[in-house]
Amino acid sequence: MSMTIHVDIVSAEAEIFSGTATMVFAPGEMGELGIAPRHTPLISRLKAGEVRLQHDNGTEDTFFVSGGILEIQPHVVTVLADTAVRAADLDEAQAIEAKKRAEDALSNQKGEFDLAGARAELAEAAARVETIRKMKNRA
Amino acid sequence: MAGAKEIRTQIKSIQNTQKITKAMEMVAASKMRKAQDRMEHTRPYADKMRNVIGHLANAHPEYKHAFMIERDVKRVGFIVVTSDRGLCGGLNINLFKKTVKKMIDFQDANVEIDVVSVGRKAVDFFKRFKANQIAEASQLGDKPRLEDLIGPVKVMLDAFSEGKIDKLYLVHNEFVNTMTQSPNVLQLLPIKASADKELKHHWDYIYEPDSKEILDSLLMRYIESQVFRGVVENIACEMSARMIAMKSATDNAGDIISELQTIYNKARQASITQEISEIVAGASAVS
Repeated sequence: MSMTIHVDIVSAEAEIFSGTATMVFAPGEMGELGIAPRHTPLISRLKAGEVRLQHDNGTEDTFFVSGGILEIQPHVVTVLADTAVRAADLDEAQAIEAKKRAEDALSNQKGEFDLAGARAELAEAAARVETIRKMKNRA
Repeated sequence: MAGAKEIRTQIKSIQNTQKITKAMEMVAASKMRKAQDRMEHTRPYADKMRNVIGHLANAHPEYKHAFMIERDVKRVGFIVVTSDRGLCGGLNINLFKKTVKKMIDFQDANVEIDVVSVGRKAVDFFKRFKANQIAEASQLGDKPRLEDLIGPVKVMLDAFSEGKIDKLYLVHNEFVNTMTQSPNVLQLLPIKASADKELKHHWDYIYEPDSKEILDSLLMRYIESQVFRGVVENIACEMSARMIAMKSATDNAGDIISELQTIYNKARQASITQEISEIVAGASAVS
């Protein structure tokens, strides 16, 4: 049996692959990486591309990643894959979008953060819920 | 037979309501299961990422990222995750209660507060009470995507990097089990270092490109994944809370229907008795 290396490919939304491989190929930011077992520890950003795994029996698995981070330990390879297409300016655009939505909502609002008012209203709502519960128990 | 028709219409209308609440209960139950699955799926990513961050902290004990440094607290950020829709019992109210309590503590200490709202209910709530909302995201649906959260989270992370806020909290409902959901306030930034001491010898990674950039994108993704998990967990909570609320609504409707049915039967019986006695009285008068 040839030497194998454990590979985990995960994304924020799901676990994509967990198992062993004899060789891993990944699209590193500074160039394509070929990873054999007992590779020296390395951590790299990935660009969009394919992660290929070669198995014991000669078959290959291919996964597409749109970016992410690759960590190599001598016996473990971890691919933290992005599900979203990331780029600094794209992220920025999304941040601005989120801010804008909030600003639109706040545009016609003046005054102080009324925490006391919030607490009073929550207390009232909680009391109402409590009363309903009591009434139900009595019935 | 006075009122019998009214009672019948009322029963009919409550039965219709009951059908709706029953349907909502079943929909929520099936959505809850799916949301729970999705919640489980987010776990490996966060675990693996924590490992890598732990390794990094080990390999690089002297370098500390800005996200890990404690500062004097003058302004704090809250990311508050709620549902978009109501009809889910006291879920959001309990969450707001806990949040407001925490916020009042900060306000008493003269610490200012910025809010990022995720979910319609949070947006409306903080708007009404004039909180300083710096970003919002809502209408994420039942299957939220990480992309929808990158923007709002980045706003907070940028604020932290620029020194505008000194602490960042995430507030969301924690899924304990189907019957219980508890609001949870979690400190996201600064990251509490939890370096594991398993690796004895000193070693370091080969970094591509360099360590700072890697750590930057790693920590950013870590925070995002935490917020994403919070959102997914909150959806599971929303669905189970709604399921329970709708179940008790269905039960209540059943109670009211049986009560009304009794009243209706009594009224019917009374009118029959009255008719009979009238007929008997009439007959005896004739003979």
